[in-house]
Amino acid sequence: MKSEQNEQALLKGLANNDSKAIETIYKDNFSMVQAFVLNNNGSYDDARDVFQEAMIALYEKAQSESFVLTCQIKTYVYSICRRLWLKKLQQLGRFSNQVDNLDETVPVEEDLEIHEKRNAEFAIMDRAMKSLGEPCKSLLEGYYLKKMGMQELAAEFGYTNADNAKNQKYKCLMRLKKLFFSQYNIGD
Amino acid sequence: MDDIQLLANIESYLAGEMSPTEVAIFEALRKKTPEIDQMVVEHKLFQHQMEDYAATQNIKHTLHVVHAKLLENGDLNEGGELSAKAQVVQLWNRYKRVTAIAASVGGVIALVISGLVAYFSPAVNGNQIQQLSKDIEIIKRNQQYQGSLINEVKSKIPNGVTVISGGSGFLIDAKGFIITNAHVLKGTAAVVVDSKGREYNATIVHIDTKKDLAILKINDGDFTPLKSLPYSIGKSNADLGDEIFTLGYPRNDIVYGVGYLASKTGFNGDSLSYQIQISANPGNSGGPVLNNNGEVIGVLSTRQAQADGVAFAVKSKNIFEFVNEAKENDTTLEHLKIPVHSTMKGTSRKQQISKVADCVYNVKAFSKK
Repeated sequence: MKSEQNEQALLKGLANNDSKAIETIYKDNFSMVQAFVLNNNGSYDDARDVFQEAMIALYEKAQSESFVLTCQIKTYVYSICRRLWLKKLQQLGRFSNQVDNLDETVPVEEDLEIHEKRNAEFAIMDRAMKSLGEPCKSLLEGYYLKKMGMQELAAEFGYTNADNAKNQKYKCLMRLKKLFFSQYNIGD
Repeated sequence: MDDIQLLANIESYLAGEMSPTEVAIFEALRKKTPEIDQMVVEHKLFQHQMEDYAATQNIKHTLHVVHAKLLENGDLNEGGELSAKAQVVQLWNRYKRVTAIAASVGGVIALVISGLVAYFSPAVNGNQIQQLSKDIEIIKRNQQYQGSLINEVKSKIPNGVTVISGGSGFLIDAKGFIITNAHVLKGTAAVVVDSKGREYNATIVHIDTKKDLAILKINDGDFTPLKSLPYSIGKSNADLGDEIFTLGYPRNDIVYGVGYLASKTGFNGDSLSYQIQISANPGNSGGPVLNNNGEVIGVLSTRQAQADGVAFAVKSKNIFEFVNEAKENDTTLEHLKIPVHSTMKGTSRKQQISKVADCVYNVKAFSKK
């Protein structure tokens, strides 16, 4: 079986968005989650969505510096998926009687609350980005997601120099902020 | 200060790219203008949101890529038909271990079988041991043999028959009884030739393939019985290291060979024969093996194919048993008397050879059509 160190290394890889580590975690856990979802009134797509969401939750958790996983990755992923899927079933009004309680689970409610808050924030930002229109969307994505430099962006988007691109970026950023804060309540 | 300039200043302030003096000026401005302070806080939060957004986007992308890759490799199954490639990969992954085990088991079995074959085969492998008769059909004799074909008119071998096998034989009774190996006589009748080239017709009187012995009787008016035989047939076992010699017909001329008794048992511990160290060739089969006292201790029969000079001789005491059996079956053998006294004791080897040579015959067996 995997040693604790091995699991720690995997989580570190996950936090750094390392595809090798993600692949390993994926291989080790996906079929278990898939079987669970399929046995409980779900489809292959549902299984994939649930598993990927759990992976994101684990990723968010792994990123925080104070992070310590007190159980095996398998147990944690299963617990999250189980929680997520049962919730989804409730929302859809589909019920499953045969949910088996035999597998070991850990309490994940708190983690899921944090995850859901981040999900909501993500959705707001996503909506804001999508309603931004081009070329603003691509320009901001290039800068914030792909971490491209101003010089690169200027070349890619056809601005005469980096300063021009920077100016354009700020204009876009201001529009995005406006869109974002119209949805987002700072007080929350 | 326009909005863009302000935003740029806030970004560089938050990123810590300002010089200390600039920071001082900017912080004074922040204190003086609550709106600007508000904007800084707001932007900090926004930046944090943006980072989270970017990170989540990136991890989602990676997950998507990994999922697609694993699906392609067949590590994941989403119910649909697996692609041919994925199927192969999956089958290989699944049966890798089984295949490896099967291959090693196969290897081990192959080794065991070849080991067993190697262990057990000497008992049945005729190649290891070679009978010293001359399979004339196969070997085709040398020039001498062809010479004898030319003289066929004079030969007593009937016309139209071919000599199947040949070897040596020697008298056990002066009246014309010759003992030889059973494997020498592959045919139904034989012609024997003495050391001076005279041919006599002979019939097979008794044959025993298990003991590998046979008795021929010369039935020929030309044959003049000898007064007595110079050698005796030994009744007791010979001793290791006994010097021995033999006379036989690997060619059409008589050939002398000398050696020693190497073992009291024959091939694979066969207690009916001796192992002797002597140079023997096809045609020596059926020849007598004598010791220094002029006692026949055995009948030269086989040799080991892969070893040089290792030959085997049927023990002479088998001759007595064999003759007794023959006598029971055939009353004409009543008068057959095996010589038990050697007259050659103490004589020189040359004298021994010349005496024994008269009693050793070249046996040519053939089948009557």
